[in-house]
Amino acid sequence: VSAPSLLFDAPGPRARARYRLLTLVGFLVAAGVLALVLWKLGQSGQLEPAMWSRFVLTSDVWTQYLVPGIVKTLQAAAVSIVLALVFGLVFGMGRLSHLAPVRWFCGVVVEFFRAVPVLLMMYFAYGVYAANNVFGVDYNAFYGVVTGLTLYNGSVIAELVRSGVHQLPRGQSEAGLSIGLSRGQVLRSIELPQALTAMLPALVGQLVVILKDSALGTAITYPELLQQGRDAGTAYAAIIPAYVVVALIFIVVNYGLTVLAGRVERRINRRGRAAGGTITNAMPGAPGGSGAMASTGLAGDNVQNLDPRA
Amino acid sequence: MLEILQEYDVLAAFRMTVYLTVFAAVGSLVLGTVLAIMRVSPVPTLSRLGALYVNIVRNTPLTLILLFCVLGVLYVLQVPLAPTDSPTSVRDNAIRWAIVGLSVYHAAFVCEALRSGVNTVDRGQAEAARSIGLTFGQSMREVILPQAFRGAIAPLGSVLIALTKNTTVASIIGVAEASGLMKTIIENETASVAVFMVFAIGFVILTLPVGLLFTSLSRRLAVKR
Repeated sequence: VSAPSLLFDAPGPRARARYRLLTLVGFLVAAGVLALVLWKLGQSGQLEPAMWSRFVLTSDVWTQYLVPGIVKTLQAAAVSIVLALVFGLVFGMGRLSHLAPVRWFCGVVVEFFRAVPVLLMMYFAYGVYAANNVFGVDYNAFYGVVTGLTLYNGSVIAELVRSGVHQLPRGQSEAGLSIGLSRGQVLRSIELPQALTAMLPALVGQLVVILKDSALGTAITYPELLQQGRDAGTAYAAIIPAYVVVALIFIVVNYGLTVLAGRVERRINRRGRAAGGTITNAMPGAPGGSGAMASTGLAGDNVQNLDPRA
Repeated sequence: MLEILQEYDVLAAFRMTVYLTVFAAVGSLVLGTVLAIMRVSPVPTLSRLGALYVNIVRNTPLTLILLFCVLGVLYVLQVPLAPTDSPTSVRDNAIRWAIVGLSVYHAAFVCEALRSGVNTVDRGQAEAARSIGLTFGQSMREVILPQAFRGAIAPLGSVLIALTKNTTVASIIGVAEASGLMKTIIENETASVAVFMVFAIGFVILTLPVGLLFTSLSRRLAVKR
């Protein structure tokens, strides 16, 4: 899994015996937890084949509930990532502006939306849309979800843009200025393209955050995957299997995206497309959050997907 | 606006937010530390178990975890965390399961934050420590762990801030914290910007000092490289 760690010596005979003991303990604890879970599930009849067969053998759960839910989740995520990218570019460039009021205004907006919980924004946006019926009965919840996701993730992306530009070596902008480009031209044609390339892995990682956060839509009646899974669980009286299936779908998709982000990052680093190296989405904006992670890790592989958003 | 603030107990709602944050922070710190130790241990089985936990939990929506805790584990599997015969049993169970769910979810991120702290220590530090003859224990105590903890301060602060904001998800399982109260006000009274700003600024007040504290701590204790 990880590169050979420098933290520990090559084990001798006694250390190997200790490792074997710990391995055994680990196995026993894991097996114990698994047994407890299975026993509890069996006790309340959750392990009956009939509970699970609907999700595997028949297609109606999928055609009526899960696939429409996946489509709704992807729709909200796709619209949100595009809008968040626009929001992030506008406000990220605003924070890099040499006009102090623009910088200040964009800074306040970005920091505000980063500090406010996504769910709070969704409740409010949905409340406003529903009370005034802004987008019609069918779309108020959808745009409630999109609004919350866009404002939060747009602010995160704005911070990524800013840190991506700041991370570039000064020589990049100095070279641009010295050949007579204006500040705006330097930003647009030299700094931003490199910053965006460096951001790419972090953007893919942000997609994981958006997909997970779209599940908050269940709180404002948006029929995304989690909501559909709950409905399916109630309709077929198989609540626990429904949650397990929905969780598996989320885990597979998000894990795939995380792996993709790692691949993109290695590829960009190998080709040297960004003068400052890539930024991982590790705590965007947090001091030591970006860049510091890319050091020669003692603990093996790089740390990714650190943003603990819901 | 004023009568709304008089009629609804906004402060009590934020007290619940703080209550959830504090208990879930302790829970996730304990569980996350155990996971981080497993994750960086030289025993492959433990390391893989830790990685499995982290990969499963951080790719699952928190909403799903909390709903599963209450609707799945509490109601279907009948595992109460608070006495079921008391008059406040529904409320107490929701709160305790919310704390468990929040701890389980954020433990994965605490684990990764601690591991990223270890990752900030340069390999040369470990090599240098061993080459001047420090034993394994000495190099850990004197060289590696002090730097690793300092490197973990900033990411741990981010996790704490995210945890504070994520307690809002508990409103979905019926815990009466700040965002749940705002939802009630919006439904019963009005969806005005003023109501939103009261609650939004409440969260800014909760998270801003934490952010400033951890930023200044991580700067002050930063390892000079």
